[in-house]
Amino acid sequence: MSLVLHKPAADRGGPAQPLLIVGGLRKHFPIRGGLLGRNRGAVHAVDGVGFQVGKGEILGVVGESGCGKSTMARLLARLIEPDGGEVIFDGDGVGAADGISIRDLRRDLQLVFQDSFASLNPRMTIEDSVAFGPRIQGLSAAEAMRVAHDMLGRVGLEPSRFGGRYPHELSGGQRQRVNIARTLATRPRLVILDEAVSALDKSVQAQVLNLLLDLKAELNLTYIFISHDLNVVQYISDRVLVMYLGQVVEIGPVDSLYRDARHPYTRALLSAVPSVDPERRTRHSPLTGDPPSPVNPPPGCRFRQRCPHARAVCAAALPEPVEIAPGHRAACFMADPASGYDSSPTEGGR
Amino acid sequence: MTSFVSVENLSVRFHAAKPVHAVNGVSFDLAEGEVLGLLGESGSGKSVTLRALMRLHPDKVTRYGGAVRVDGQDVLGMAPAALESFRGKTCAMVFQDPILAFDPVYSLGRQITETILRHEPVDQATARARALELLERVQVPSARRRYDAYPHEVSGGMRQRAMIALALACRPKLLLADEPTTALDATVQIQVLLLLRELQKEMGMSVIFVTHDIGVATEISDRLAVMYGGRIVEQGPLAEVMRDPRHPYTRGLLASTVTGGMRGRRLEAIPGMPPDLTLLPPGCAFAPRCGLAGDDCRAAVPPLAATGRRQIACIRAEAPCAPA
Repeated sequence: MSLVLHKPAADRGGPAQPLLIVGGLRKHFPIRGGLLGRNRGAVHAVDGVGFQVGKGEILGVVGESGCGKSTMARLLARLIEPDGGEVIFDGDGVGAADGISIRDLRRDLQLVFQDSFASLNPRMTIEDSVAFGPRIQGLSAAEAMRVAHDMLGRVGLEPSRFGGRYPHELSGGQRQRVNIARTLATRPRLVILDEAVSALDKSVQAQVLNLLLDLKAELNLTYIFISHDLNVVQYISDRVLVMYLGQVVEIGPVDSLYRDARHPYTRALLSAVPSVDPERRTRHSPLTGDPPSPVNPPPGCRFRQRCPHARAVCAAALPEPVEIAPGHRAACFMADPASGYDSSPTEGGR
Repeated sequence: MTSFVSVENLSVRFHAAKPVHAVNGVSFDLAEGEVLGLLGESGSGKSVTLRALMRLHPDKVTRYGGAVRVDGQDVLGMAPAALESFRGKTCAMVFQDPILAFDPVYSLGRQITETILRHEPVDQATARARALELLERVQVPSARRRYDAYPHEVSGGMRQRAMIALALACRPKLLLADEPTTALDATVQIQVLLLLRELQKEMGMSVIFVTHDIGVATEISDRLAVMYGGRIVEQGPLAEVMRDPRHPYTRGLLASTVTGGMRGRRLEAIPGMPPDLTLLPPGCAFAPRCGLAGDDCRAAVPPLAATGRRQIACIRAEAPCAPA
């Protein structure tokens, strides 16, 4: 019995070809209401998002609730249809006539969600859950089970002890390991982790983060790591993308972005992280108020209503991302000398 | 000196098919105006301990042991009428999920007004004015308008502020906070933490703040108690515990928590998982995951022993770091 069938899809584009190129990705959810069910506007969940992910890289995605992180994950996996934009997977347009089919994409790209319990079928043993993907891909039942046992072993769950258990018989950390095993059983090349460690206790979270890094090296994976936890994102990512109300406000190499954030929102987000040093507690809140709703966002920069540096120019146009360091771009007029941003204090300013 | 809150050997047991030993002999004291952080992972008993302080667990299935005294009153032995006036007046609670804590069919302001009327001999207009003042104090923007808003009509951060206003309505001497910022976004969480710190100082309240987040505990507490398996394993002044954790669990927890500057290093995870509260081992609950554990650890539960201002429940706790 051989498992030749069961290898990751070949590297088609070569090492220099980014594994994923996303351009102008857009999804608006219309809101209907009123007497005749008329359109009352739209949630601009993802609004013109573009970025690349290189092979073997970990791209961290941060942002607050409602910024469109999870919608973006679902768009990339085509769990929902985008309204616009293109996604190129290893050189092949997703869903394009000469590109990669959605079916093939789903083999190459897998998702891990936050809720480990909701992600598993409660009436299937975990080995059956993990074997399900390979079965669909055409392996025989025995081969699929071998793959499942191999994967369970890799995530630290002894198949002979755990394989026959049901999801409710496991702890949260163990269930999330099962989800990771199940995801990897189809041998994907890109894994999107959507708050995958957020619900775990810290001591268990560290185990799963170590596991993710080990598996990435072993199986040659690329990750998109979505999280609201800036410490974890800093730990695991090579590059970081910051989203605000459906748009990318800043993207760059992790060190550059954490050391020298240029967008006021990124800076606020970073300084809102609670201190772990009793001598250096946070004194001032970087922002006031709650994140606004992504329903019918205002024209111009979407952050301007919460931004302490907002000027007239910020309301006039949407800032385009400008490069401020190699690979580090921020969509803020302050970062762009040609924008006409006037840095002198506003009337009555601080 | 008698402390404002004194918990002695508290145990909480839930009766189910398999009895759950949620809290197993917790003791601590709290002075007036002091903020105690109760830090622990899920199932460590931190929230159960907090709720026991207001006797919020359903009487039918809960068995309490030990003693809880708040402001000289015996909470576990209190008559129902006394308990009703104790809750909200002497002691109030802020929950993690304000949408569950508010009644969805009454406006935010009305619920605060009602609380004031329940506990204090004032008229409707005075109570309403105070409720408005409270909403302004917790930085709810356009408080006059929000007074009439229903819980579902405002954002999560705003609801949590209103929940704090509700808890503070009768100027309680003790505020119990159960992960009040966990569900909030980062930029909102820090605002609510700073607000709580400010209100605590202003009103001189004692606060017990339950959290699983070391950063949040650091921002708010004066003193830290770390819980594991329904017991306090280490307790002491915040800065001391953070700088020099002694219990192997506290050490492991701090080492496995990702903070800035850990990039490139492998995380020191604690092996295994938290204990099953229906089947606690006879000795130290952490022994199965502890690298230092020996047979004596598994034989008997180590007592919480005091050294200086610290208390540590470990027979193998390392000696204090020599001053550099």
